[in-house]
Amino acid sequence: MSATTAPVTRGRIRISRAWAVTLGVTAGLLALLVVLGYGPAMADLVVWFVEFLLSRPYIILGFAVPIAYGALCGVMNERSGVVNIGIEGMILSAAFTGFLTGAYLNPVIGDVPAALVGVVVAVLTAMLLSTLHAWLSITVMADQIISGTVINILALGGTAYFNQLLISTADVTGAPTLQGLTLPEALVDIPVLGPLINAVFGQGPIQASLIFAVILLQFMLFRSRWGLRTRAVGEHPKAADTVGINVIRTRYRNVILGGAFAGLAGAYLTLESVGSFQDGMTAGVGFIALAAMIFGRWTPIGAFGAALLFGGARTLGQAVQIDAPPGQIGEWIASWPAQIFGMFPYILTIIVLAGVVGRAIPPAADGIPYDKEAN
Amino acid sequence: MTEASAPAGGGMGGMSVNATALVGSGGGWRQQLVGTAIAVVLGLVVGALLILLSSALSEEGFDPRLPFTAYAALLEGSLGSLRGIGNTLNATTPLILTGLSVAFAFRAGLFNIGAQGQFFVGAFVAAVVGAWIGLPFPLLLLLSLFMGFIGGAAWGFIPGVLKAWRGAHEVVVTIMLNSIAALGLNLLASTWFKDPGASFPRTPDVHPEAVLPILIEGTKMHAGIIVALLAAIVVWFVLFKSTLGFEIRTTGANPNAARYAGIRPSFIIVLTMSIAGGLAGIAGAVEILGITKNYPAEYNTTYGFDGIAVALLGRVHPFGVVGAALLFGILRSGAGAMQRATDIPIDIIFIVQGAIILFVAAEPFLRKSFRARRRTAPRGAAPAGGVA
Amino acid sequence: MTEIAAQSPGVNKPGAQAPTRVPPALGMRGITKQFPGVLANDHIDLDVRPGEIHALLGENGAGKSTLMNILYGLVQPDEGEVLIDGEVVRISGPANAIARGIGMVHQHFMLVPVFTVTENIVLGDETMANPIVLDTKKADGQIRALAEQFNFQIDPGALVGELSVGIQQRVEILKALYRGARILILDEPTAVLTPQETVEIFAVLRRLAAEGTSIVFISHKLYEVLAIADRITVIRRGRVVGEADPKTASEEDLAEMMVGREVSLTVEKGPATPGDVVLAVDGLSVADDRGSVVVQDCSFEVHAGEILGIAGVAGNGQAELVEAIVGLRRAASGSTDLAGTDVTNHSVRELTERGLAYIPGDRQRFGLVLSYPVDDNLILTDYYKQPYSRFGVLNERAISARAEELIPAFDIRTPSATVSASTLSGGNQQKVIVAREFSRDVTVLVADQPTRGLDVGSIEFIHKQIVAKRDSGAAVLLVSAELDEIMELSDRIAVMYRGRLVATLDAAGAEKERVGLIMATGQASSPDEEGAA
Repeated sequence: MSATTAPVTRGRIRISRAWAVTLGVTAGLLALLVVLGYGPAMADLVVWFVEFLLSRPYIILGFAVPIAYGALCGVMNERSGVVNIGIEGMILSAAFTGFLTGAYLNPVIGDVPAALVGVVVAVLTAMLLSTLHAWLSITVMADQIISGTVINILALGGTAYFNQLLISTADVTGAPTLQGLTLPEALVDIPVLGPLINAVFGQGPIQASLIFAVILLQFMLFRSRWGLRTRAVGEHPKAADTVGINVIRTRYRNVILGGAFAGLAGAYLTLESVGSFQDGMTAGVGFIALAAMIFGRWTPIGAFGAALLFGGARTLGQAVQIDAPPGQIGEWIASWPAQIFGMFPYILTIIVLAGVVGRAIPPAADGIPYDKEAN
Repeated sequence: MTEASAPAGGGMGGMSVNATALVGSGGGWRQQLVGTAIAVVLGLVVGALLILLSSALSEEGFDPRLPFTAYAALLEGSLGSLRGIGNTLNATTPLILTGLSVAFAFRAGLFNIGAQGQFFVGAFVAAVVGAWIGLPFPLLLLLSLFMGFIGGAAWGFIPGVLKAWRGAHEVVVTIMLNSIAALGLNLLASTWFKDPGASFPRTPDVHPEAVLPILIEGTKMHAGIIVALLAAIVVWFVLFKSTLGFEIRTTGANPNAARYAGIRPSFIIVLTMSIAGGLAGIAGAVEILGITKNYPAEYNTTYGFDGIAVALLGRVHPFGVVGAALLFGILRSGAGAMQRATDIPIDIIFIVQGAIILFVAAEPFLRKSFRARRRTAPRGAAPAGGVA
Repeated sequence: MTEIAAQSPGVNKPGAQAPTRVPPALGMRGITKQFPGVLANDHIDLDVRPGEIHALLGENGAGKSTLMNILYGLVQPDEGEVLIDGEVVRISGPANAIARGIGMVHQHFMLVPVFTVTENIVLGDETMANPIVLDTKKADGQIRALAEQFNFQIDPGALVGELSVGIQQRVEILKALYRGARILILDEPTAVLTPQETVEIFAVLRRLAAEGTSIVFISHKLYEVLAIADRITVIRRGRVVGEADPKTASEEDLAEMMVGREVSLTVEKGPATPGDVVLAVDGLSVADDRGSVVVQDCSFEVHAGEILGIAGVAGNGQAELVEAIVGLRRAASGSTDLAGTDVTNHSVRELTERGLAYIPGDRQRFGLVLSYPVDDNLILTDYYKQPYSRFGVLNERAISARAEELIPAFDIRTPSATVSASTLSGGNQQKVIVAREFSRDVTVLVADQPTRGLDVGSIEFIHKQIVAKRDSGAAVLLVSAELDEIMELSDRIAVMYRGRLVATLDAAGAEKERVGLIMATGQASSPDEEGAA
């Protein structure tokens, strides 16, 4: 270690370069468009989009839920030093088992209890897969990318297999979905704030708990003893070991607990969003979650913001199909094929990785198995 | 104080995979072969257990012989007839190529999760070239294959450049590019390149001059297998006998020492990812020119993704890849017959595949603990002067 | 088992200890530990009295660190017992060791760079505001108070990654003291300190010892051990070979105990006959990985047939200077001339083809591919040339032939040419590098820490090789943090301090203390020492 070490970030809440550059570039582009005379067209577009969002703010948040929960799972893993690209498989498996449970129990114990049990089962499924990932990564010390890939393969095959076996043959109708609280009219009618409150509380328990989960994890990670030790294990496990912290146990615990978040993401997809399951329905949401985690600099709040951003792009894609946007720019955007909107998160992530966050600094020991005997 | 040469994990922040950790984990290749074989057997056992489970859940009642019936049907379907063998080799072909793609990149220390996207791009380019350009056979075929290589190489070039130039980790970038490729090609195939007369969105059929010829009468076995085997030999030669291969392997094993040896890691990274992309691209091209004859907008095979499993099972060695591809090819082509005979969903082969890779990944650990339990470590002074 | 130790009054054979009435603060009896292939500790006995500074002396790989890792609970012994204040204890892990008052300051610091000083110190024993939340303010206050107690200047809120090495070491010591350590283990503490910082840390240790703390000081540096220790235990190849009293023992005695045979600490070296300037560096400035300029405007010349030694504490820019000269790092400004041709920022390959040989400071990083067999490592820089490569294809027979030549010629101890380099000892790995580099036509040899971490036998061999290269007409640039090595080998000495060359002098008249002082302060005192060569 030389005397001239680079400044290192604390990882607390601060505007990361990724965000700064994104906002800066966006602002620059907007300014350019205004100068070129598209001012009024843009204003129309913005007004339209904001109106759309305010009338249905739950859409962005809804899209963001699985991404954000997946990203929280990733944060738990990687802050402890374990790379996890198997989040996709965990979410898919959780979605499936949750659906299965909800669908089977629905006629037996009623829709809400069935759905709740389904959520529990989904969470447990993801935690079980996380245990496998933890074992492979920590004890077996296999390459963690491989471990994640194994989980994705098993999940894809497993869910399709059991789907075929158990659902198609049996008389299974859809699974029950969890509804949100019905809020009083007066509350929802408050301008701006009302729809936001409705977005959080009026949709479903999993969506509602997201914001709290984000805040809780952020707080715990940076202000609690657990968080300090977790981060130490992810940055310099040997140092943590020498002060008596059990690196192995910490990593196992965090990876398995992180799986719970992935489980919630999966449960949301089948038990809160739509009441059905399709093979491969996650369609890469686990990977978008990874992108959100990186974009958000491995912090819960950053990841949540990124999830909202990605959800926002997808919302825009949906919005133009539901409601024709006005003005020149609006018409132009409406003419984009649907696939373009789908590509947003991926393109954005690549730009971020390449342009700005190219040397994004994850926890220093991320991906390196901890070998006690190594000296 | 010497530092432990721990295998560098595939972290998100720029540490590349040390392929040798995967390859050289204890014992010569014979020992590795045994380990691999055990992993395969264990994976099949997992499949058998699942079959038993499905039997227990089914309406026909529990049939303990079902796994044997199922596997027998699988083998019968894949190898039991000339036609079956043809289908098996057809399934093996793209797996060899995508497996080579992943394995080749591994050797340079790169994790090519992007074989899937590179496969699609190569497939699309080959479909377009084969449908739009008029040339006699075999020129059109060769051109289409070549352009498929180029297409895949371009899609591999992007993450290569990003990694070499900006340090962007290829795992995440290639995962993103997979989705971008799928969506983008979906768009192209349903709009500008769409076949107007088709019943579902796809590109037009390629000209007959671009189709891979059938090798054996009465089967569907196309010449793609020759392409794949040739590719395996070429990759083997390049990696282990050529100067370039020395540079690639050195870069993967120790990029710093490679720099001192005069190798430019950036150049190697870009070149390797491009070639790897090209290999996956050929896989896509072969599928189009041999099987589908066009690129469907919703094209949804997993060959690219399976290439990862093939490379791992094949210990990232070209000849191992061929063997692993054959195994998975047998599973794939026999699964349909198995489902017809026993009603077991074909998806079980993916579970088996995943289980096999699981056991391959866990193998060094299992071997160590197995050995530790069988005999106690000998005591007494070891000759000094070993590791200082 | 016991060798004949030197017949010198200050040396005892093991077992002949003076009877003590107070049980020693720390006792280790018959400690044995076997690792795969290596018996790291062989029935070692050790006694440390309260308030004593006890040095554990031995070469790298002798087993000192293993012994201390056992004491600290990081490793469990196969046999033997540990006694604290006369009672047998079992140390199950670091937490247990800490609870028993044992603190360890590791050679490679166990500090998290992105954490603050306070966070690093309290980690594992945190100050809490409630069962969940940390009380950072209170912890900061505690650390500040503790630091003042020992006269350390430390800002508790500073990020450790931004601190100097000397300060980081104090944080490490504070970590141990914070937990009430009464037995303090320091593993090669002066490896990265300037001479001035070494003096300061010695003062701290004496103060701690005076207050009753027992200190175990692990080192392989003879002169330091003689300076600081109350008693010295010498370990070789996992066994205790004897004790020494620093008041009476000499460096030669200790060296002989460490190695087991007559060791000449000086190498046979005739006078230099310098020829033309071969390597000329002019105004070179180099930045490190984060962009800070760590080499400022360096200029010097090396003649054929002479050894220019650049002395300096590690971390003053030497590594970056060497990398820039060799072509592994960009020089921001300035120039490098090789035999009259400007080669600034040219490729490594061009430089090696022009006769540059390089022994890298970090041999496992730059010098070898550990997973490759020995023969591939021997042609690592020549692989692309005939006869090893023809038309893009490797010629395996030529490669094997080369290995068969070089292995005996350079005394590389290896079972065969095809085993992987990772199985070789450090000394033999270095010999592989030397074999490869020296068998070229060498006009300039750049040797960076060429004997770091090696046993005395290998050190001798490599020093001889370097002198031989000089005598055959090569210009040798030697960079080393070991002042002894510089003093031994160099014909001229330059001192690097904070990125600048602050002095150049002839080795003939130079005194070690003088050079050490310049290394520490960057001040050359008399006019004839200043300026570039």
